[in-house]
Amino acid sequence: MDKLIIAGRSFDSRLLAGTGKFASNQAMVAALESSGCEIVTVALRRVDIDNPEDSLLSHIDRERYLLLPNTSGARNAEEAVRLARLARAAGCEPWIKLEVTPDPYYLLPDPIETLKAAEILVKDGFVVLPYMPADPVLAKHLQEAGVATVMPLGSPIGSNRGVRTRDHISIIIEQATVPVVVDAGLGAPSHAAEAMEMGADAVLVNTALADTADPAAMGRAFKKGVEAGREAYLAGLGPQRNQAQASSPLTGFLRDN
Amino acid sequence: MNLTVNGQRKNFSAPLNVEQLLTFLKLKHDQVVVELNREILIADKYVDIQLNDDDTLEVIQFVGGG
Repeated sequence: MDKLIIAGRSFDSRLLAGTGKFASNQAMVAALESSGCEIVTVALRRVDIDNPEDSLLSHIDRERYLLLPNTSGARNAEEAVRLARLARAAGCEPWIKLEVTPDPYYLLPDPIETLKAAEILVKDGFVVLPYMPADPVLAKHLQEAGVATVMPLGSPIGSNRGVRTRDHISIIIEQATVPVVVDAGLGAPSHAAEAMEMGADAVLVNTALADTADPAAMGRAFKKGVEAGREAYLAGLGPQRNQAQASSPLTGFLRDN
Repeated sequence: MNLTVNGQRKNFSAPLNVEQLLTFLKLKHDQVVVELNREILIADKYVDIQLNDDDTLEVIQFVGGG
């Protein structure tokens, strides 16, 4: 498959994976491996000082995966910038999945605070991948701010409802000057394939991989969905019609009228 | 000496530097990042930074996330 290029860096896989909510670290590792992903998201949280646990990082092969810390939990630009700087101080490359979600019920991204934070972080030298509402005008503003991708949501985080923002994502793809990564809400390989068929450059999936009895199998299934969608997009889908257009010849029928 | 660590107020005996605090809390230095009074610390400096009464620290690590 053709390569995905983000901020000058080349990737073979067009599937980005999250590491949250897996039943065990082994299940997470198996899903990451089978999915073929090369970029994995992680979150930053306070250590439980009364009961410290081994860092997640001891389970993630940093030679194989690019770590993409997120700013989850941030309710405004200031909190997001603080988290991004902490992630960089922890020894990560300065890549950040910017996410600002003030509403705990739908976790919808705040467009104004996301743009503010993006402007600050780009100036600070970060490679910024913003999670954003599927708003083509906001995508333009973020691109002008210098983000490395735009990542419109398909549907709310963890909802598994698929690409419910299809029409607006199509406009974002049409106008994009950076890769478009459909992030959030993709619950099935067919959802991922749909986004890729539309011309998305990549997808980001977490809950669908973690919230299943067999994460390794689901990782494989998503890999195939993403690859199928990309190949179909590159091949070019046939036009849609309201009326039937016969696939078999309309001559030589075994009848006389 | 009272310190607020990750929102919890705790008493420690002085003198104490950041490196000693992490060791006391049984935290691996290469797995956490530390903020002292909202300033991010550089790991190489942990041993040089003495903590004072009423300091506020955040000790943070990576966890699974999407």
